[in-house]
Amino acid sequence: MLPAYPYLILSAVLFTTGTLGVLIRRNPIIMFMSIELMLNAANLAFITFARYQQSMDGHVFVFIVMTVAAAEVAVGLGIIVAIFRLRGNINVDELDEMKG
Amino acid sequence: MTIPVSAADWIVINTELILVGTAMIVLLLDAFNRRISDRISPWITLVGVVGGLVSLGFLWGQEYTGFAGMLVIDSFSVLVKMAILFGTGLAVLLSVDYLRREELAQGEYYGLLLLSTVGMLLLTSSANLIMIFLSLEMLSIALYVLTGYARMRPRSQEAGMKYFLLGSFSAAILVYGVALIYGALGTVDLAGVAEALTAPGILSNPVLLAGAGLVLVGLGFKVAAVPFQMWTPDVYEGAPSPVTAFMSVSTKAAAFAALTRVLVFAFSDLSGVWMAVIWAIAALTMIFGNLVAIAQNNIKRMLAYSSIAHAGYILVAVASANQLGIQSIPFYLIAYTFMNIGAWAVVTVITRKGEEGVGLSDYTGLFWRNPLLAVSMGLFMFSLAGIPPTAGFTAKIYLFMAAVNANLIGLLIVAVVTTIISAYFYLRVTVIMFMHRPSEVSAVHVPIAAYVAIIIAVVATLWLFLFPNSTQAFTEAVWRMGL
Repeated sequence: MLPAYPYLILSAVLFTTGTLGVLIRRNPIIMFMSIELMLNAANLAFITFARYQQSMDGHVFVFIVMTVAAAEVAVGLGIIVAIFRLRGNINVDELDEMKG
Repeated sequence: MTIPVSAADWIVINTELILVGTAMIVLLLDAFNRRISDRISPWITLVGVVGGLVSLGFLWGQEYTGFAGMLVIDSFSVLVKMAILFGTGLAVLLSVDYLRREELAQGEYYGLLLLSTVGMLLLTSSANLIMIFLSLEMLSIALYVLTGYARMRPRSQEAGMKYFLLGSFSAAILVYGVALIYGALGTVDLAGVAEALTAPGILSNPVLLAGAGLVLVGLGFKVAAVPFQMWTPDVYEGAPSPVTAFMSVSTKAAAFAALTRVLVFAFSDLSGVWMAVIWAIAALTMIFGNLVAIAQNNIKRMLAYSSIAHAGYILVAVASANQLGIQSIPFYLIAYTFMNIGAWAVVTVITRKGEEGVGLSDYTGLFWRNPLLAVSMGLFMFSLAGIPPTAGFTAKIYLFMAAVNANLIGLLIVAVVTTIISAYFYLRVTVIMFMHRPSEVSAVHVPIAAYVAIIIAVVATLWLFLFPNSTQAFTEAVWRMGL
């Protein structure tokens, strides 16, 4: 079996990419995809640890995280569509009515 | 394959089952007959919430563990659940006439409110990090929708989008932290974590420390602690007022219950590391929240910053991590529920259609327009500032005593000084209401349901000051709980 660290490094890279995406990009759909990337980084970490610790728990958690991610997609895209209908664009920099 | 479910499992989730059942009734009724649903769904919801409170009464003083250690019932969770359900019930009373005024649909609103409450109740009972993540998402996803519920009002949409993006960002950080803890310790069960931490040499494991840090960040977002508070003012301002009332108290209560369980009970052996971090976060949160609140002229934003500041005070209790501190957290949360919902109730009543009239100037001479409303608001402001004769005073005294016992003198000084600073902006509202005469005296129309909510909040705020002993037996039992 391969050692665990290549998977963990990949997972850390995915997580960092996702975090940077949320912080840097200004399109809510891209930001949202970055959040999904972070969740999948966690999934990869769960699977790796579960495989190398010979325990089933981690495999189950992945399903829980995937379910939550699907529920988030439903609500998130709903909000984005509602905003697009009212404004005609979805740039987050224009969502600046409230300040202070 | 069969999954064994014991009697204890059903008992542990009976409050949640009652609320899920109520939510299903409300949603189905809305699907079949919208006209009837618009009229009676708030009252069905209230019956469900009261039923939940009754079921908590039966659970009082008992300890159960259900679903293989995923969920626990103990005095701590029962008390916090009571605070959450009081918050939900009062928010329902505020919503009835608000939704009618803003011409929003009723049925699905209460369904979402109830499902969010279920997430909060599960969060207070969670004894497993993955369960904490799941229930946190359950409460948040329903709240994202509620925040953007007034979908024709741009500010509500903006708030919904901001809350959604930052909320799911923080949840993703939290779950990655859980994955790292799982890798370092091989378990995500809180009792298992506490046990694994006693192994020699584990405390300096970098994977464990990174995981614990990420979990702390994720929960810090939910309780709105500095530096993870940036979403709070915008979301609280843009969301419909009853929703803000609900999430400012109930979400906070649930998230603090989880934070306390994770830090004080699971990671107590790691306290050498997190103590300093919580110390700094608590001090920053109190200073930032109170100082920025001074500059606000919009009452919803002012209350949002005040809510950040109160998170800082509760963090003082978490940092002290002693018996008195843990007891004072549920007491503070219950007191905060009543005084803060009371203040938001007055805000909901004063605002006009489309959330107009949220400036401090709209409160000028409120005493001449509606004395009862002005006196109630004055009382809530006193309570939030921690001035007797109110629940806020008693709650703060408990907190400060806990800080003294834990020898956190520096933090105590910060807390006292910021409390004095906070008196400025809370009392400013009172001065505006009582000292300035309005140019024209127009009566304020207050719906009956909102009056009931305000009066309940006033009575509870005074009651907790006059008879803190009535809750002492409750809070004393808290310390004896296990995990």
